[in-house]
Amino acid sequence: MKPPQFEYHAPTSVEEACALLSSLQDAKVLAGGQSLVPLLNFRLARPAHLVDINRIPNLDRIYERDGGVAVQALARQADVEDSELVARRCPLLLAAVRLVAHRVIRNRGTVCGSLVHADPASELPAVLLALRGHVVARSTRGSRIIPAADFFIGVMETKLAYDELLVEAWFPASTGRFAIAEESRRHGDFALAGAVRYGDRLALFGVAPTPVLADRNDPTHGLQPSGDLEASPEFRLHLVRILTEKVFAA
Amino acid sequence: MKVNGIAHPAPADPRRLLSDHLRHDLGLTGTHVGCEHGVCGCCTVLLDGAPVRSCLMLAVQAEGHEVTTIEGLAAPGAPLHPVQQAFHECHGLQCGFCTPGFVMSVVGLLHEHPDPSPEQVDEGISGNLCRCTGYASIRRAVRRAAELSKQ
Repeated sequence: MKPPQFEYHAPTSVEEACALLSSLQDAKVLAGGQSLVPLLNFRLARPAHLVDINRIPNLDRIYERDGGVAVQALARQADVEDSELVARRCPLLLAAVRLVAHRVIRNRGTVCGSLVHADPASELPAVLLALRGHVVARSTRGSRIIPAADFFIGVMETKLAYDELLVEAWFPASTGRFAIAEESRRHGDFALAGAVRYGDRLALFGVAPTPVLADRNDPTHGLQPSGDLEASPEFRLHLVRILTEKVFAA
Repeated sequence: MKVNGIAHPAPADPRRLLSDHLRHDLGLTGTHVGCEHGVCGCCTVLLDGAPVRSCLMLAVQAEGHEVTTIEGLAAPGAPLHPVQQAFHECHGLQCGFCTPGFVMSVVGLLHEHPDPSPEQVDEGISGNLCRCTGYASIRRAVRRAAELSKQ
């Protein structure tokens, strides 16, 4: 398995990256590469251009902003996992990031990359949604904030425009009661279904094209999860009920 | 990039994976390639000291960084690295295909947790697949490696 041919770009500033994204046709941003490179290896993704942002300095910070935690585009999941600030201000994010794949993957993978990749079974988008966080998108046209509730629009689809770079995700403080629970076949696999609780809010993942907010008293309402070799739709609905109980018992 | 302490130019073709670069261009075939999508862990190497999947990195991305492969842990003829020695003593392998990846992951694990709890051991090796051993001897090898590393 070899990646298809592409033209490789390694900008050294956010401005340069945005200029490339606005001028190139069919470009993909390469951050941690833990989702994109498998897609390239399988040739499920065949972008004409790769814009590797790893050479951009000072884009890997994890810092306190507006009472919550801002995670920049190149902050690795392992850095978030080890961050004292995240542990203190946003323990829900810490709990969630530890469910993402394995430590060796988290050494490269980024939080912002998981959000942009927007896999429906991914934990971090559901956490951003449950916490009512947002992302910051930059382009040559300027900067804009996209709330989590608007950001995820379909399977691996977000509101990010082709010329925009997600430079930062913001997670509000999660000092209230929280829990995250998921069921997967093996440790580190994508979840068959998962639930995130923050206070009275409940977000589900793995059971719809995007993470969804749900009513804790009727969590399966309106859900039509897909079935595959690993789980039938009925089993996923069953998991939603069990996991909802579990996160609210926590 | 530096591989096991020796400087090498990055490959000209940007689509060259780091795993293929190590094996085919540099002849470092100790890094094994299993699934080529990040699941099996066979291709794990150290990037600036931290274990990463070499099949999920482009070789050009390692430019300016330090890569350590299984060949870099101990020089030929020199005593084995403590983690290698522990896998040897505890027979933490059978066919050996997954072993270089396990060893590199465990080097990373012990760097972060020099005295890992059983849970940390399981978590630390959970990203590597072994189809032979049933993992029991590998777990023992990790404990032994922690002891040997302290000596």
